[in-house]
Amino acid sequence: MADPKKEFDWFDKPASRKLLWWVLWITCGITVVAELFIHRHPHFEIDGWFNFYSILGFVGCAAMILIAKGLGVYLKRSEDYYGEPDEDTPSNDIDGNAS
Amino acid sequence: METLANIPPSFLLFAGAIVTVLLKGTLRNVFLVALPILTFIHIAYLPSGNGLQVSFLPGFGDSELLRVDKLSKAFGYIFTLNAAAALLFAFYVKKAIQHTAALIYIGSALGVIFAGDLITLYINWELMAVSSTFVILARDTAKAKGAAFRYVMVHIFGGLLLLAGIVMTVSNGGSIAFDSFDYANANLGTWLILGGFLVNAAAPGVSAWLSDAYPEASVTGGVILSAYTTKTAVYVLLRSFHGWEPLIWIGCAMTVFGIIYALLENDMRRILAYSIINQVGFMVCAAGIGTDMAISGATAHAFCHIIYKSLLWMSAGAVLYRTGKSRCTELGGLYKTMPLTLLFGTIGALAISAVPLTSGFTSKTIIIAAAEHEHLLWPWIVLELASAGVFLHAGIKFPYFVFFNQDRGLRPKEAPGTMLWAMGILSFLCIYLGIRPQALYDILPYTVDYQAYTTSHLVTQMQLLMFSALVFFLFLPMLKRTPTIVLDTDWFYRKGGQFFYSTCDICLNGINKIAHKTLIAGATKKLCHFATEGPANLLTLILTPIWEISGTSMEQREKLREDLRENVRKGVFPIGITACLSVLLIAVLFFF
Repeated sequence: MADPKKEFDWFDKPASRKLLWWVLWITCGITVVAELFIHRHPHFEIDGWFNFYSILGFVGCAAMILIAKGLGVYLKRSEDYYGEPDEDTPSNDIDGNAS
Repeated sequence: METLANIPPSFLLFAGAIVTVLLKGTLRNVFLVALPILTFIHIAYLPSGNGLQVSFLPGFGDSELLRVDKLSKAFGYIFTLNAAAALLFAFYVKKAIQHTAALIYIGSALGVIFAGDLITLYINWELMAVSSTFVILARDTAKAKGAAFRYVMVHIFGGLLLLAGIVMTVSNGGSIAFDSFDYANANLGTWLILGGFLVNAAAPGVSAWLSDAYPEASVTGGVILSAYTTKTAVYVLLRSFHGWEPLIWIGCAMTVFGIIYALLENDMRRILAYSIINQVGFMVCAAGIGTDMAISGATAHAFCHIIYKSLLWMSAGAVLYRTGKSRCTELGGLYKTMPLTLLFGTIGALAISAVPLTSGFTSKTIIIAAAEHEHLLWPWIVLELASAGVFLHAGIKFPYFVFFNQDRGLRPKEAPGTMLWAMGILSFLCIYLGIRPQALYDILPYTVDYQAYTTSHLVTQMQLLMFSALVFFLFLPMLKRTPTIVLDTDWFYRKGGQFFYSTCDICLNGINKIAHKTLIAGATKKLCHFATEGPANLLTLILTPIWEISGTSMEQREKLREDLRENVRKGVFPIGITACLSVLLIAVLFFF
């Protein structure tokens, strides 16, 4: 029987992370292959391309991350940029319960 | 029964806001959950058509406080349903003031939904802005106060646009009826009304109030705020600006803007705030497409969005409540001690990403299908891209950085029971509406002939989402969080305000300084000196030759000069001289 005091830390283990990577790659692979077995009704010419949605998802998301990264150079500022005091409210006072 | 059918649902919540102050403890909390449920039932039994009409502004005709149709009912249902869940979540709150403000806020949002004329709409619109400001203020921190101030200023601006638009529309011979505006006959009045609506919809350029203020609200405040202001704006756009083409592009811009900013953000609730802009973008775009399918799709999406967005704010709120932290750089590894919050939060994250078997899949995709049906290629591509991006920033980023990523040694307790119940109910709805969407389709304004679950759609949607997930994990090093904020358009009025202040300080105080130096310290002093010394000098000038002729010595003349100066300063002269001078003056006056 597992030690009741030991906390659940499955996601921290390298082996688990490796397994999750495999699951992700295999699932992606399945979705690619699955297209061979379905009949599609494209509304535009472009969405009739083989694996259009996989490409759109991959390229689009990669582009958005790169754009965000690029914009971050110009748009990111330190947290005290506006000169506002940073109060760490006690968690039980977040809705004013303590007073 | 007929009298009851004439009561606008907003009145029930306004009355409840007063009652809330009088109640205490658990009784108040139970009342707060029961009230929206009763209002929900009231809405369900409201007969379609026009109800209460009153005339309170002479010359403007009758105001219609209650106009009931399928569109207003659908929004009414979800507004009250969400209110019940949010107030169940808020069971732990002890101060009544936040609840009073929240009930007036939700009530006025219902007031807008059921308004049949522009005057009623405007009054409720402003009431919503003011009451929601108090919801933000309830957090009671300096940051919340600053954010609330900026929030209310932006909404006053939006409200003024709306008012100006209404006045122009009515004075141009239009009626006060709140119906659809024709794009072909648009005039300045209608554009101003649209501008007022777009401020509340958080359109690009005027969206910063949302991401600035909502994350500064309290745990419950964030949950409540996330649902109403933007969705009321969506409702009014669907009702009155459907088919306005610019809305398609504004909506598309919102979807992408929300994603990019959510990717840059570090604060988990700010990520969710940008995600609202992204999601509302889909609905604004649908309003622009304006077909029956698009309007029904936007209504369905608003309905489901309110549920899963509330759920996401609740799970983020529960984390904030337990840890006091909301930055991704300070959170992580919470799956170990807050598994239920993680579970419910993940259901919300999957629903917002439109993963099959969740409500996002059966609602958001109607809007995309509507764009497809109209053969709008570019809007369709942007919406598909935005769907993939949602999975990136809200679907994975939010749960990953909060509950997984790096263990920061935080071991908070699981969320309180009532919070879990509220999240559980909304999670159930996310999945139920994903599996049995017909219940939702039945209440939509137009009949929807849409089948989300086709093999083809399932495969393409999974392709889009799985490759989006793959990108997230492949690019994870680039997504590493930093303890920073991101500049948004609020920079213009936050830094602009400071700049205006310091410019005024330099200019006006500079003018003041110069004026002081030249006028007060310079000219006045000189005038004063002249007034005291001038006459003495003049008399000395006149009398010196006389004294010289009369043969007085240098010492005597010096003495006489001193005496004269002293006498002039004190204003005392021998009577003879005064009389002589008076005669001289009279003579001058007489002759000239």
